[in-house]
Amino acid sequence: MTPILEVRNLIKDFPGHRAVAGISFSIPQGSFFSLLGPSGCGKTTTLRMIAGFEQPSSGEVLLKGENVIHRKPYERNVSTVFQNYALFPHLSARGNIEFGLKRRKATAAENRVQEILKLVGLAGKEDRRPAQLSGGERQRVALARSLVLEPDVLLLDEPLAALDPKLRKQMRVELKAMQRRVGITFLLVTHDQEEALSMSDYVAVMNEGGIEQLGPPEEVYLRPRTRFVAGFLGAVNWIGDVGIRPEATRIGATPDGAGARSCFATVTDSVFLGDRVQVLVRLASGQQAVAQVARGSAVFQAGQTVQLCWNPSDEMTFP
Amino acid sequence: MKLRSWFLLPGWLWMVILFAAPFTIVMAYSFLTRGIYGGVEHPVTLESYRRLADPLYLEVLLRSFVMALVATALCLLFAFPAALFISRASKHKTLYLQLVMLPFWTSFLVRTYAWMFLLRDTGLINTALQAMHMIHDPLPLLYNDGAVLLGLVYGYLPFMVLPIYATLERLDPSLPEAAADLGARPLVTVLRVIVPLSRPGIIAGAVLVFIPCLGAYLTPDLLGGGRTVLVGNLVQNQFTSARDWPFGSAVSITLMLLVTLLLWGFLRRESEQLV
Repeated sequence: MTPILEVRNLIKDFPGHRAVAGISFSIPQGSFFSLLGPSGCGKTTTLRMIAGFEQPSSGEVLLKGENVIHRKPYERNVSTVFQNYALFPHLSARGNIEFGLKRRKATAAENRVQEILKLVGLAGKEDRRPAQLSGGERQRVALARSLVLEPDVLLLDEPLAALDPKLRKQMRVELKAMQRRVGITFLLVTHDQEEALSMSDYVAVMNEGGIEQLGPPEEVYLRPRTRFVAGFLGAVNWIGDVGIRPEATRIGATPDGAGARSCFATVTDSVFLGDRVQVLVRLASGQQAVAQVARGSAVFQAGQTVQLCWNPSDEMTFP
Repeated sequence: MKLRSWFLLPGWLWMVILFAAPFTIVMAYSFLTRGIYGGVEHPVTLESYRRLADPLYLEVLLRSFVMALVATALCLLFAFPAALFISRASKHKTLYLQLVMLPFWTSFLVRTYAWMFLLRDTGLINTALQAMHMIHDPLPLLYNDGAVLLGLVYGYLPFMVLPIYATLERLDPSLPEAAADLGARPLVTVLRVIVPLSRPGIIAGAVLVFIPCLGAYLTPDLLGGGRTVLVGNLVQNQFTSARDWPFGSAVSITLMLLVTLLLWGFLRRESEQLV
């Protein structure tokens, strides 16, 4: 089956630097795809080229198999949820949602507006201006405004960044549920690895204009192909050339289980995190490492010598 | 008194000496009787205001309002695309802004005379057209309403461009992008998103253009050739050749009241809409 969106050798040069350095990926219809990377890695530029706001220096963007790079944003059936939402301040929530429908001279617009208001949980607030809505509500309007057009791909540029942490976690769940319900392909751009891991079917980890690794969340987290990917997706204990995630690092008097690896370390501190305890240690090589132990297990004092243990299957090695 | 309040003193002095005092004098004159050689005399009377009700003068007022309105509309028509262009320009923004303000480098009077040299029967435009045999007799370009409008629009255009530019410059660039993203073609984006959002700049520009146009006397005097009598010329006449200071004062006060009322009503409606 033709992917709904395919990007081929996309390059974007700005004066003095290459923002996107020839990336390729394709997104299957109906999936949730994330571009994950630090700021300046080219993920937003990529999104903007797909939306049509930036012209690529070279490469192709194929929507349903058709190259659209010469089409204007208003000629592409994709829609963007902007980081700051970019709601029209002079229009009500309804006015914002109707904006695209009116441009398309859509039929049964009123029904569709009502339906989408219900879907995003804004029924009853449709007459308010953006300034009269909370941050979370504004985001729902931005989502509704795009979803109501049933785009081939919904592009989301750091959509949760402006929300407070509690709301952000809640919206992650809602966004994913919403995507499943409407069946529209979502392309999310984010620098938040938790966000990408928790919502996506596929994650493309970007760095310096290129894709370092592309795969399902479990794969990029558990089997990162580069040190960058390993470090960007979560904390890593570097023991020699081998990386182990803190949650896979245990502390024991002796290695438990056959084939387990171990090394000695000195406790420097232990931090109570509520649901677990983080023990900070220093290896003989001088490197720092973190182990996570269950709350209520043995108490570790600074200066105490312990043995770090892990399973070989949890080791991350890089060429 | 707090130190901060002292900072207001120069402004206050300026306003009292150059606005409040003359305004009070003009106000007082408007209720007095004209002197034979100018100036004012007793007794106190409402005669000047009664004379204003004459259809002749009402027509002058109406004409002035219409001229000012048309000039403001034309300024908006020319200024908006220019301001939009400058705000969207990726290069040479400062240069464009300087070009907008370039006319201010010479006096308004000189520039108005320059227009006369261009427009008169033996002016540059007519001689050029005649030389190219496109016309036989010179076109009547000067001394009519059109010339006055041209002068007003030319003179006050920068006052419309700059405030509109200022609001467009502050406009979140993602808003026009969002409009395009939702399927709006450029013209629709301008009309449905950019124009409504630059309303404060348009209003500021309209006020800045409309008020001086309403009271303009130099432009209609020179380019209208005295044929186009606007309220500014009427006031000037009363203080010079007609030697009727009370009537001139009454016209000034009435014009001021009308403008104040109009603006107050208009701006109040605007601020209500903003809420």
